[in-house]
Amino acid sequence: MTRPKTVIDATNGSTGYWKDLWAYRGLFYFLAWRDLLVRYKQTVIGVAWAVIRPLLTIVVFSFFKTFLGTGVSVENAVLGVAVATIPWQLFSSALNESSNSLIANANLITKVYFPRMIVPVSTIIVSIVDFLISMLIVAGLLIYFGHTPTWNILYLPAFLILTILAAIGSGLFLAALNVKYRDFRYVVPFIIQLGLFVSPIAFSSTDVYQDNVPAVFQRLYSLNPMVAVIDGFRWCILGTEFVADQIGLILSLGVTVVMLFVGVWYFRKTERGFADII
Amino acid sequence: MSYTAIQVENLTKQYILRHQQVGSYTALRDVLVDKVKSYAKGKFTSQTKETFLALDDVSFSIQSGDRVGIIGRNGAGKSTLLKVLSRIVAPTKGRVTLDGRIASLLEVGTGFHPELSGRENIYLNGAILGMSRAEIDRKFDEIVAFAEVERFLDTPVKRYSSGMYVRLAFAVAAHLEPEILIVDEVLAVGDAAFQKKCLGRMKEVAGEGRTVIFVSHNMEAVQKLCNTGILLHKGKLVKEGTMDSVIKAYLEQNASAQSIFEIEKPADAAERAGYAERVIIRNADESVTAEVPVASPFMVDVEFIIQRELDHFIVGAGIMTMMELPFRTAWSLPERIKPGKYRIRFHFDDVHLAPGMYKLIIGLSNHESSFHFIDNFVYFDISEAVGAKLDERVVNLRSGLIFNQVKTELISL
Repeated sequence: MTRPKTVIDATNGSTGYWKDLWAYRGLFYFLAWRDLLVRYKQTVIGVAWAVIRPLLTIVVFSFFKTFLGTGVSVENAVLGVAVATIPWQLFSSALNESSNSLIANANLITKVYFPRMIVPVSTIIVSIVDFLISMLIVAGLLIYFGHTPTWNILYLPAFLILTILAAIGSGLFLAALNVKYRDFRYVVPFIIQLGLFVSPIAFSSTDVYQDNVPAVFQRLYSLNPMVAVIDGFRWCILGTEFVADQIGLILSLGVTVVMLFVGVWYFRKTERGFADII
Repeated sequence: MSYTAIQVENLTKQYILRHQQVGSYTALRDVLVDKVKSYAKGKFTSQTKETFLALDDVSFSIQSGDRVGIIGRNGAGKSTLLKVLSRIVAPTKGRVTLDGRIASLLEVGTGFHPELSGRENIYLNGAILGMSRAEIDRKFDEIVAFAEVERFLDTPVKRYSSGMYVRLAFAVAAHLEPEILIVDEVLAVGDAAFQKKCLGRMKEVAGEGRTVIFVSHNMEAVQKLCNTGILLHKGKLVKEGTMDSVIKAYLEQNASAQSIFEIEKPADAAERAGYAERVIIRNADESVTAEVPVASPFMVDVEFIIQRELDHFIVGAGIMTMMELPFRTAWSLPERIKPGKYRIRFHFDDVHLAPGMYKLIIGLSNHESSFHFIDNFVYFDISEAVGAKLDERVVNLRSGLIFNQVKTELISL
């Protein structure tokens, strides 16, 4: 059996990092498994939490929507909100957990070697598990309202991957920032609050792409990566028209890709110093 | 068929000490405010930074199969060195080449979660230490047997006694099969039986041709396990060689801390019958030391000047614990003494002190009145190190044994 050779020096870059990530892939599973297990062992409503949270959001927002949206039927309101909520919950919980994950696992980071990227990404895996449970709720609602999805649904995995990439990019970036500047912990819930209002959950993109809304706002609106995601989810599952024009779509996708690269780059750049400052 | 397992070249690790007044962590808010302030002042001055070298140009190489003990005072850089070798912390300068898989045990129970059961924690801890799921499955029964926790496998670890906890944690780590094993003072926890088991296991691992690096303050453990040693002091590599020679160098190093106490001449010295000039702590072989190995005899020399003829001269030497508890006082026999320079030597042959720091009180007196009294000035350590020669019968004594006779000898200088 060949012995692996490791070289450590002051400039160590990515040589071997990605190989290491593969070698330590079991840790992704184990850390996510640990978080899920602990969550369910500690809380009484443990498993139910994954169901209650999206359910409540759906109830509140669809209530909201039927009041605000003129001529929107209950069915459309509920389904529209439900389908928008689940990717949003995935993104927001992933962002919340991953941004704090390095600090929360400080004891591991100062005592054991493994590629540090595993820590924030494993929290995103936990959010994906929650997402899958919430999908069951959506499936239930579809059945209840007797709504059969179109073939567009085959594109769903693509939008799911888009959400995950957005979460990874911003999660890694914030996680690394949080290690150096601890006050970012307070910034994240604020960003999420803001995102909740700026993303088409309680409303739909058609409301934004009206003629009376200035083009500038429309462009700014589409910079939000969740716009493309939520519109995509609605298009896949409910068959609603994909409202954004090409530029809007490209902007939204572009932001996600940029965030991913920036996040990974910044994380890798600061990773070496984590154990020193955490 | 040995090869170079670890090659360290010019390894340096520098930390920057930032002196912050407000808050215990860096806030972006503070950094921005500082930057604005310094712009406003007209020049771009950053706050004063002090650098600290945890490791300073360290170079050495370790052959496969070696069992290396890294020793040194607190703050010498031992843990930092291990952290660099374990890839937890990056070096500032220099280079390390490692040949083989590395497993580090810097803490017992890394990643253990109190809510999870013993079984679950074995898997978690094993994965964190780098074992694959299949490997853990294969060794599961051995691990449980080593830890002796079969009955409690499914109870949450928060219910374990500290002994069980530590046994389980070490059991997982003990079944790692790396080519290079790095262990940091982990044996400081646990009872004597457990420590023996751990040492035994580590020796087994080393016997299989693996390289072991061991950091400890326990000289006995280090001497039993290791064949080569490295001595670090303030970040520098001071000595490298056989474990015995390195331990000897470590003990000698501690001797250069204050062992000779120069007493300040009292302002009214001329009016006194005499005064003490210096106090020296010595080992039984007369070598000067500030740290006496536990259960070793030692001597205290008091050099003094007598200015008037005295007929009932006594010197008292009292050992007090740092809690101001008088432990033992020895008196010289009353003497008729003429003016001159003298040295009195107290032989503390049978005074068994537990390891720690002690205070020495010296008093020169004639009849009942003392004319020079020295307190809060002379200190010495009884160290845990058992000395270069090991005696199996030596045990840490928690209470001192007091014997009445302390031999003294007075000579004129």
